Amino acid sequence: MKRLVHINDRGGHRDSQNHCSNKISNTKYNIFNFIPKNLWEQFSRFMNKYFLLIATLQLWPLITPVSPVSTWGPLLAIFAVSATKEAWDDYGRYCSDKEFNEKLVWVVKNGVKTRIQAQEIEVGDLVWLLENDEIPCDMVLLGTAEPLGLCYIETAAMDGETDLKTRVIPGPCHGLTSAQLLNIKGMIECPEPDKDILRFDARVRLFPPFPGDELSPLGVKNTLLQCCYLRNTEWACGVAVYTGNETKIGMSKGIAEPKLTAADAMLDKLTTALFICQIVVVMILGLAGNVWNNYEKDKTWYLRFPKKSEWYDFIVIPLRFELLCSIMIPISVKVSLDLAKSVYSKYIDWDIQMYDAVTDTPAKAANTAISEDLGQIEYILTDKTGTLTENMMIFKRCCINGVYYGNFNGDALTDQHLMHSVTEKVSAVVKFVMVMTINNTVVPNMSRENGRLTYKAQSQDEEALVQAAAQLGMVLFSKKGSVVEVNFLGHTMEFEILQVLEFTSDRKRMSVVVRDHSTGGLYLLTKGADETVFRRVRAGEPVQQVADAIDQYSQLGLRTLCFAWRDLDEQEYVAWTAKFNEASAALTDRELKIAEVSELLEKDLELLGASAIEDKLQDGVPETIASLRKAGINFWLLTGDKQTTAIQVARACNFIMAEPEGQLLKIEGSTPSDVADSIEGVLQTFCINNSENKNIAFVIDGLSLEIALKYHKEAFAKLALLIRTALCCRVTPSQKAELVGLVKSCDYRTLAIGDGGNDVKMIQEAHVGVGISGREGLQASRAADYSFGKFKFLKRLILVHGRYSYNRSAFLAQYSIYKSLVICFVQILFSFISGVSGTSLFNSFSLMAYNVAYTSIPVMVTSLLDKDLSERTVMQHPEILYFAQAGRLINPSTFAGWFLRSIFHAIVIFVVTIRVYAHEKCELVEMSMVALSGCIWIQAFLVLIETNSFTVYQHLAVSGNVVIFYILNLILSFGKHSGMYRIMFRVCADPCYWFSLLLMVVAGVGPLSAIKFYRATYRPNAINTLQLMERQHPMPVSVEAIGSSSSSFKSASRSSSSHGSVFEPLLAETSNPKTPPDRYISKDKTRPVTSAVLLSSPNSRTLP
Amino acid sequence: MNGASSSEGGPTNLMKESKKPKYTKFTQQELPACKPLLTPGWVMATFMVVGIIFIPIGAVTLLASNSVVEVVHRYDLECLPSTLATQADRVRYIQDSSIDHSCTVTLNIPKRMEPPVYVYYELTNFYQNHRRYVKSRNDQQLRGDSVSSLDACKPLATTPGGQTIVPCGLIAWSLFNDTFLFNPTQAAPNAIGSITVEKTGIAWKSDVTSKFGANVKPQNFPNNDRTGALGWIGGAALDPSKPLKEAEDLIVWMRTAALPNFRKLWGKINQQLEANQTITVRISNVYNTYTFKGSKKLVLSTTSWLGGKNSFLGIAYLTVGLICMFLALVFFLIHLKNPRPLGDTSYLSWNRKSAASNSRS
Repeated sequence: MKRLVHINDRGGHRDSQNHCSNKISNTKYNIFNFIPKNLWEQFSRFMNKYFLLIATLQLWPLITPVSPVSTWGPLLAIFAVSATKEAWDDYGRYCSDKEFNEKLVWVVKNGVKTRIQAQEIEVGDLVWLLENDEIPCDMVLLGTAEPLGLCYIETAAMDGETDLKTRVIPGPCHGLTSAQLLNIKGMIECPEPDKDILRFDARVRLFPPFPGDELSPLGVKNTLLQCCYLRNTEWACGVAVYTGNETKIGMSKGIAEPKLTAADAMLDKLTTALFICQIVVVMILGLAGNVWNNYEKDKTWYLRFPKKSEWYDFIVIPLRFELLCSIMIPISVKVSLDLAKSVYSKYIDWDIQMYDAVTDTPAKAANTAISEDLGQIEYILTDKTGTLTENMMIFKRCCINGVYYGNFNGDALTDQHLMHSVTEKVSAVVKFVMVMTINNTVVPNMSRENGRLTYKAQSQDEEALVQAAAQLGMVLFSKKGSVVEVNFLGHTMEFEILQVLEFTSDRKRMSVVVRDHSTGGLYLLTKGADETVFRRVRAGEPVQQVADAIDQYSQLGLRTLCFAWRDLDEQEYVAWTAKFNEASAALTDRELKIAEVSELLEKDLELLGASAIEDKLQDGVPETIASLRKAGINFWLLTGDKQTTAIQVARACNFIMAEPEGQLLKIEGSTPSDVADSIEGVLQTFCINNSENKNIAFVIDGLSLEIALKYHKEAFAKLALLIRTALCCRVTPSQKAELVGLVKSCDYRTLAIGDGGNDVKMIQEAHVGVGISGREGLQASRAADYSFGKFKFLKRLILVHGRYSYNRSAFLAQYSIYKSLVICFVQILFSFISGVSGTSLFNSFSLMAYNVAYTSIPVMVTSLLDKDLSERTVMQHPEILYFAQAGRLINPSTFAGWFLRSIFHAIVIFVVTIRVYAHEKCELVEMSMVALSGCIWIQAFLVLIETNSFTVYQHLAVSGNVVIFYILNLILSFGKHSGMYRIMFRVCADPCYWFSLLLMVVAGVGPLSAIKFYRATYRPNAINTLQLMERQHPMPVSVEAIGSSSSSFKSASRSSSSHGSVFEPLLAETSNPKTPPDRYISKDKTRPVTSAVLLSSPNSRTLP
Repeated sequence: MNGASSSEGGPTNLMKESKKPKYTKFTQQELPACKPLLTPGWVMATFMVVGIIFIPIGAVTLLASNSVVEVVHRYDLECLPSTLATQADRVRYIQDSSIDHSCTVTLNIPKRMEPPVYVYYELTNFYQNHRRYVKSRNDQQLRGDSVSSLDACKPLATTPGGQTIVPCGLIAWSLFNDTFLFNPTQAAPNAIGSITVEKTGIAWKSDVTSKFGANVKPQNFPNNDRTGALGWIGGAALDPSKPLKEAEDLIVWMRTAALPNFRKLWGKINQQLEANQTITVRISNVYNTYTFKGSKKLVLSTTSWLGGKNSFLGIAYLTVGLICMFLALVFFLIHLKNPRPLGDTSYLSWNRKSAASNSRS
């Protein structure tokens, strides 16, 4: 299906096709559908459906044990809160849409420029844009202010790349004046709207009197896409081809699926299980109740069962029990979890230690709901450039004509010899610097205010080269169309760029043909990867010399480029140009043909030398990777870079080991069978070598990966999961996402971390997406769930925040269910002695207040503040993360523990109550208060024994909560009209009450603490051991601790100086060469046995 | 040097608002906390202390319970003519109002009973806590307030004629109506001269003062229609001239019991009962427990500071206390036999593994 666009002809579309208007809409609701749609969405959640069912059932007075308010109140509150939040978010989206839609733009109507709102643009309209305008819809460029028909756009909003991209008008439009453009008529044939921002296969035909009365091709180079900005171009005009939500960006945006954490999913499963359990209980009790009724109907005269039974009688009792047991699945779980999680994410925002002072970036948790997933991460898929490295390219060394510069001090720019050679105008050196300056796509930008020169470049390497050249004396200061002006040691030189032989991933080189205006000389300047340049140098050049240099630089982890030069012969060039133009106009295989033609010129090159650019590793990267490895996390490096660079960086950051500790296996091949063989081979090697405890990694490039993912997905997945370190080079953004999906499909928790627009897909695909707010724009961090300034913060994010969050929310969720189960089981037990009739032991108020007021605060506060291990212990022993991974803290078996506890406690409470309050004391209201008090006291003590660290607030919460219980009930006991009148006074005045409570607490909590103690002492897990270790070795002196300027740290360190002789850094981070030696101050030279054992851990052995 | 530092300082000074998070102990999760750990010493001591506290409490409560003198006499079978073997016969007997249902039982006082001696009746297998039953009352009506709805009282809200029943509902209607006449004659040996049973002050004061109205008098109460015209005879009749406030038996009855076996206070004896005395009680055995096979008992009991006779607390405390001490001892022995170096990191699993692999290699 094709779309036909009549240029500048509003009438042309009416009959043929119906296109949408340019009104964009990102809103989910409108005023009319908000309530039904929002309710529908809320009710698509199982929990909400359940609560609605319960609340509806409660409206039937025959079956309701308590007043319906106890369910309707909280339910409505929850609904109102989430609906308000949705409405607020949607209103924000509406406002930003409105702003975009009502922005005024110039559109040509009947040959006259008029100003209309952006939303009124129609397909085929001629839109006139000025510099710095936001592009309102997808357009085909028809004319610009620049003579060559070029314009620059910034695409940051689309792909996150902040550099300027050039766009060019299509062939037939060349040479049209702006007056002509106003009346241009023509036809564009383009595909139906899609979301591929890199493809636009269209054709244009202008109608007479305009030239080019034949179809000529259009590509992405000819488009201006919505949301980009026009830069460095006075004006540009284009014809709208896609409008509104049909634009490329409009098609590709979608509201990202909300991420569900593993714990959430598990909780849902457990809730479902609980629901089934509830149904079973209800059926059994309902049946028992009906049997009891049938059996006792005629005997229990005082109940006066009606003689005639109604048809619905048999379901009345089950439904009563359904309501009585509805508390089993408490409404409060989701609410308190959401609340707690939002605080966990606030902790991340607040964390000073994750604040990057250099860029003034605090950590930011955009997704408040998934912090516990951080604690369960098993795979980290990381981008390289900008994530592991600073993405700050610096020209460090070069080798020109066999002379090494920068080898002494590591910085060629301060190398006197080089400066000297430049000022002396040594021919090879000048040529070298000229290639650096001219052969690139860098756009210089002279600021009008202060005359400062800035460069905009598509590649950081090119920018580094131009900057370096400028420092060496050759300053690129203007690029106007094809004319380049350069200031060389005070003289202005002018070059005309005649042809650009572009860089492609296949050619791996870039050349320009320039004419020196002062001398008239014609040169070909080339730079590129060594292997491609070496093949094209003329015979007799010192290839080996340069190859040695490149080898040397690679060893140092530097990025290398080869530089070459060729003086062109005038005739040869003219002949070649004809071929080149022909190739450029080709409609099929244009790129290939251009490449072929280019090769004709790029030959017999004079090899100038090689440059080395450093992309510095961010600090702390190797340590972070090592620590997280110890935590059992597997790393994959996914990069768009080439294999050699990727391997260099991977080596530098301990990602892979050199022989003999490690082995890097290669998967390659360009046909499915080659790749299959390669995978097979790698698997075999792996199996052989695995026993040697080697650190094996594999490397694969984008092409082989594509084949592997397409044809050998299973084999590759198997391999990918066996070999836990992988390097994937030259991968596209969607391949990155695919790889994330692959790991995800194997049921591992994945985290993707990246910094650029090309990482957005993988960040959104992964369970947890982390963005580094770096130089490649904010695209990644905007799409990410978490963002911060430095890769090294990942360690803290996972080990501290992730682990605590998971521990805490696992506790909170299970405890919340536990406490509801306790009261529910008490009710069930009571039903056995009340004729299985569904009498509620507790009154409506107690049931409602139980989850909200009586029991929620202690567990809430505890789950916000509790820390099982101190942060530094966790950081020192990353292995401890094992206990959080794979859902080890909330799963059916841990839940079974809580379930059994709740049964046990319900039995204790029930038995003590009915035995102590027997005979003349068994008054219903009084007894219900005793049982309720029992529940509340046991809960309080259970929180106490489950807490690992007590702060003042926890004490306050636990004791305050008990106090609140008594105050509330005493107040109720004052009300003459409440059923509770004087009850609490009577109850509290009876010593039996207090004896019962003490008995319940000891009998209920005592066995649990005995078991807990026995396990912790005689079957200790690592957490127990480390807790004891913390106790024995109080906080050691550490540089970081003192640096954090906390007085508590200082006092702790003072007190530990007496203890200090025992402490020794326990994990062998010191064995890492990159660790600063003063990281830990060791107090004593004699090492205790414990740390000696630790130092020989397998992880430290694998480090070089 | 100075220039350089000032130019560096310039931009940072200009940037007034750094986005650096503020330091507080809470936001950095550095609140001072104490970390209680279950160390052997602590655990042993705690269990020991709990044991030491529990055993005396158990002893004291057990003593209190034992100091209570209690006489329990089941009379529901004794008061039936021995010819009534089947349940149906018994039911027919109890429902036949033309028969005189009175009978006389003799209670032996085993020990001296200090006043006040409480007189209870005990019913078993009677589900006052049944859902139909518990709800079948109207507190507004009892209090004398305006009544919004009598639905809860159904099927005993109104008479077939539509007149409101006061007090409505199953609870009031099924009021226990056996009566006990203490020492009608002094024929028996060792009999006490005369025993007065006080029938006032047996209900909770709060109920009398605020739950039952002084102006609310029984109306259309089905049990009062002894002719059985309504065919609804349940329990006791209520004096239509007496306000509900004064019907203490009703007030006691309407405090529904949570268990199917329960005692309700019937009266108080404010005199000392000596050991080996006997008391004759003339019982009017009219309350029907035979249909549901419930028993009826007459109970005389003194109280201690803990209430009536109930050895559960004492036994439970002693048991739990002994278990705690036993556990403390067991933990002590385990600790002696198998002392664990605390916080020894060589017990960490990953260190153990590495030690093993080290020894292998």
